[in-house]
Amino acid sequence: MNAPAAFPESKMPLLLGVLFAIGLVAPYAVYPTFLMKILCYALFACAFNLLLGFVGLLSFGHAAFLGTAGYVCGMVVRDIGLTPELGILAGTVAAGLLGWLFGWLAIKRTGIYFAMITLALAQMVFFLCVQIKETGGEDGLQGVPRGHLLGVIDLSDNIAMYYLVYAIFCCGFFVIYRTIHSPFGQILKAIRENEPRAISLGYDVTKFKLIAFTISAALAGTAGATKTLVFQLASLTDVHWHASGEVVLMTLLGGLGTILGPIVGAATIVSLQTQLADSVGSWVTVIMGVIFVLCVLAFRRGMVGELQSLIKRSGVN
Amino acid sequence: MKTKQLAITTCAAALATLSAGASAQISGGSVKIGVLTDLSGTYSDLAGSGAILATRMAIDDFIAKEKPTFKIEVVTADHQNKADIASNKAREWIERENVDTVTELVTTSTALAVMKVAKEKDRIAIMNGPASTPITNEQCNDITVHYTYDTYALANGTAKAVTQQGGKNWFFLTADYAFGHSLEKDSSAVVTANGGKVLGSVRHPFPGSDFSSFLLKAQASGAQVIGLANAGADTTNAIKQAAEFGITPTQSLAGLLMFITDVHSLGLKPTQGMFLTTGFYWDRNEETRAWSKRFFDKQKKMPTMVQAGQYSSIYHYLKAVKAAGSDDTSKVMAMMKKTPINDFFAKNGQIRDDGRMVHDMYLVQVKKPADSKYPWDYYTIKATIPAAEAFQPLALSRCPLIKK
Repeated sequence: MNAPAAFPESKMPLLLGVLFAIGLVAPYAVYPTFLMKILCYALFACAFNLLLGFVGLLSFGHAAFLGTAGYVCGMVVRDIGLTPELGILAGTVAAGLLGWLFGWLAIKRTGIYFAMITLALAQMVFFLCVQIKETGGEDGLQGVPRGHLLGVIDLSDNIAMYYLVYAIFCCGFFVIYRTIHSPFGQILKAIRENEPRAISLGYDVTKFKLIAFTISAALAGTAGATKTLVFQLASLTDVHWHASGEVVLMTLLGGLGTILGPIVGAATIVSLQTQLADSVGSWVTVIMGVIFVLCVLAFRRGMVGELQSLIKRSGVN
Repeated sequence: MKTKQLAITTCAAALATLSAGASAQISGGSVKIGVLTDLSGTYSDLAGSGAILATRMAIDDFIAKEKPTFKIEVVTADHQNKADIASNKAREWIERENVDTVTELVTTSTALAVMKVAKEKDRIAIMNGPASTPITNEQCNDITVHYTYDTYALANGTAKAVTQQGGKNWFFLTADYAFGHSLEKDSSAVVTANGGKVLGSVRHPFPGSDFSSFLLKAQASGAQVIGLANAGADTTNAIKQAAEFGITPTQSLAGLLMFITDVHSLGLKPTQGMFLTTGFYWDRNEETRAWSKRFFDKQKKMPTMVQAGQYSSIYHYLKAVKAAGSDDTSKVMAMMKKTPINDFFAKNGQIRDDGRMVHDMYLVQVKKPADSKYPWDYYTIKATIPAAEAFQPLALSRCPLIKK
């Protein structure tokens, strides 16, 4: 987990500003539902990257947070009839609590054991979702209304929904950005680089890890809850371990430990999944596998990571 | 301000007349059919590329025979058995490509997701692959058609016929989730109603791979028939292992959700003697054979009931469009429901108000390897289950559209 070269800090606000503007006009050029899907997965991948890229914890159970929040949001909006923002809030809180519980159980172990414990716990959540009546089992939770934001703005309009998702994504991204660039984030990076040293400096490493894990889970939950509103359904796909694997793939492909990497990775994977579905049919999975192998073999820092080191080497500043 | 408002109203009125005029014909000059199916996962064999081929065959035949004045286009996609991909794709097709009907939709979660989108956007959805009954019950709507089969027809048909033919004592091997439970419950009721007895049941985790302890329990129960209340890989694994344990020659298995592709992949040895219900068997009569051979020439596999149903439903849809002279959803739907379906797939098939297409189903028994004379010669048809008995009666319907 070598520290990736930071993008020239002075240029960062400019780059983020340009990207923000692109995000604002994007729904007029690209199909909004597709963009919303990318944003949901991008937030999910960013949340995951906070943990893997900046604390060095490989969680293999993040689907549990994505899925649980989706189900909770769906139930709150559809069955209790609350407004969508409360649904997203409920999903986020539920995922945060679940994350705290998972973290409390798992962070006492490191490396492969940590990954396995998170996977096992996530599988328990999966089986729970298959079994209990409220989630609809195999059929999933269907027919979740998008409703009216704050009881006023009609979200059944795709453009309105897009801007809500975009706002949520930006808030989530800002939280992650601030977390990384705060003293708290510095300590997380210190733990990633050398845990015994952080301990010897007097930091309560377990506590920091647990907080980071909970933030990551809660934000993954925000992504899951938002996704439920976009697609008006929550299904087993999101709690299945495939989703946990997909987020690892997105993060690695985009660039582990870079702030923009997960977004690029998520956009790539989601585009491939949706766009290739028409043209190549059954070859989608094979193509994704090949891309992953190429990425691991040829550019190990991921797309953004490679780009950053290229810029650094060429001396542009 | 006033004049502006007036101008807007006039414009709106003009637009309304224009669109009313256009809706009497074909929007965009062509009828666009979307086939959303599983091309890469577990169900690609029973639906998948075969369903796309069936769709194209239906369109080609329709053009050759009925000489329509409108153009017909097909778009296809792999939903990878994920409800969110399916719903995304369906929405995009309808909003951006003006697709008139979304069809096939194997796996219930994708079907339920897409029928919601289609209803919201006022488009017809035609289901051939998915099995679950909620499509025409709790979740039903007036412009979704469930065409080929459902779990009620399969479980009911098999359980009833097997019990009536002397398989009185049953034991269920059930996948431990909502789908398996309801399959077991429905079949048990049918068994008891026909004078049979359910000796017990055992639940296996879903998805399962090792069925040994469950199968031994089923064997020890001494039941004549072991009902498999599960689906897909669970069913095929259970059948394989039952044969290895020597259960099958002495006790018989009843598949409550099985396809000819399952029998084909397992082979006749472990499946021989099994009872199952199907909506279509290629070797039933001259008509089915003729169509299936055409299908086989291109696909190198015989069609499943889903693929045959896909052909039949697309042809029926196109005929309704032609008869209605429009691709307007409600007109086409009314025409589809009004016209009985008569082709190689169904005789006097009828689409009911709950969206269920009712037609004859067939109880079949898998042949012994020695009795199978040529490739794909797998079934002996034991009984024809008339349409009226095959599907859930409207009196039991939980669909709000059905007034009682």
